[in-house]
Amino acid sequence: MAYLDIKNFTKSFDKTEVLKGIDLSVEKGEVVSIIGSSGSGKTTLLRCINFLEMADGGEMLLDGEVLFNEQTKNEKDEVLRKKRLNFGLVFQSFNLFPQYSVYKNITLAPTVLLKDKIKKYKKSLNGISFKEKREKVKLFKETELKLIDEKCLALLETIGLTEKKDAYPCELSGGQCQRVAIARALALEPKILCFDEPTSALDPELTGEVLKVIKELKNKDRTMIIVTHEMGFAKNVSDKIVFMADGVIEEIGSPKKVLENPKSEKLKHFLQSVTNKDGE
Amino acid sequence: MNYLLLSSQFLTISLDLLVGFVETLKIFFVTLLISLPLGLLIAFGSMSKLKPLKWFCNTFVWIIRGTPLMLQLIIVYYGPGLIFGVGKGLSAYLSTFITFGINYACYFSEIYRGGIESISKGQYEAGKVLGLTKGQIFFKVILMQVVKRIIPPMSNEIITLVKDTSLARIITFYELIFFAQRYIKDGGLLWPLFYTAVYYLVFTALLTLLFRFIEKKLSYYKV
Repeated sequence: MAYLDIKNFTKSFDKTEVLKGIDLSVEKGEVVSIIGSSGSGKTTLLRCINFLEMADGGEMLLDGEVLFNEQTKNEKDEVLRKKRLNFGLVFQSFNLFPQYSVYKNITLAPTVLLKDKIKKYKKSLNGISFKEKREKVKLFKETELKLIDEKCLALLETIGLTEKKDAYPCELSGGQCQRVAIARALALEPKILCFDEPTSALDPELTGEVLKVIKELKNKDRTMIIVTHEMGFAKNVSDKIVFMADGVIEEIGSPKKVLENPKSEKLKHFLQSVTNKDGE
Repeated sequence: MNYLLLSSQFLTISLDLLVGFVETLKIFFVTLLISLPLGLLIAFGSMSKLKPLKWFCNTFVWIIRGTPLMLQLIIVYYGPGLIFGVGKGLSAYLSTFITFGINYACYFSEIYRGGIESISKGQYEAGKVLGLTKGQIFFKVILMQVVKRIIPPMSNEIITLVKDTSLARIITFYELIFFAQRYIKDGGLLWPLFYTAVYYLVFTALLTLLFRFIEKKLSYYKV
């Protein structure tokens, strides 16, 4: 069984069927790119995987654990929140928090979520005096905060923005913002990192730096799902390419197979229109 | 009249008016104390998914913003007495605080709502995918951005409040204007009434400076 297994995902908005039964499997350490023209449902698929939208039907398993089935729709926010943490999502428009520095953007969620961790730790401490307990919790908190700090600094190095640690998002270029957004998602150590057109909002000369970071992540065996319009990049970085059209997966396979030997008319047409655009 | 007498009269009246101004300030601060948090509650209500609550809040805001504050003061002050009999009404103090508090809460709620709704959906979604709860998203991510956006309209409304306090005089709340008007009746002096403008002007000037300072403090980032 694959690492991530999606079976028969469906989703409609009002009467428009956006996903018409999607089957997709992703292996651990695999990079899967989803391509397709706008309106094909690729972003919706990504949002359903991240529980930003609730799929209408189907099933999703991660590492053998059921994350989504028919019952999930009635699940409480608390449960969904935990499920969401299996995934990270990098948005097209970055969505950094403008009022916080780069450092705080990356450390905010881990620091906030630490409170839950501390609560759990407190409960696990039994049969010791109040004073001893307080000391232990304090030590635990300090160690954890130090870990968060170290991880943040390491991530800043990965994205090559160590010197921008204290800068605010408004002081960064689009490419730098997107790199920070990647680091922010990685800080929570998601099992699968998703990208929703990570370079679409960037000037052409800035896409390279973001793609370079993603490529480095591939070298570190990150499992990633990337919705993208960058054909060259998709070919380069993916283990598997998924072509979506009108809410279904038209073709799926290795980059070579999908991009060089397209079978369906829709994919041929799509690839032609993409190359034409590049040629202009 | 010599200068000494004139200046001592000026000083006496200035101090007397200052006492009146303290009463004015009471309305000002108590109103803010009530309306700033109450406005947020009304704003949440008017954005609620519960249709009846949303409808109720919207109607309430419509009625309060659609009628004169002076009329509201009169209704709250005289209404209970008329309905339940003489002596059952509220004091001038209480009536003023309640009416002003509710009235300004409604205006603030619309400013809050506008501010909250102006924050992009992406900010909420970013908080969500980072595993934050709704409360954490609101307090850690959204609130500061809202505050930055609503400072200009809020300062406008708060400065209006400084001057609206003079309406409380209609239900015998002895504030600054009331203090000054006594000099017309008692001694035929008109200038103290004109002079009250100085108190308002100085106070609104201080508020303007304060808001400018806050705006500058928050200008370290752009949205």
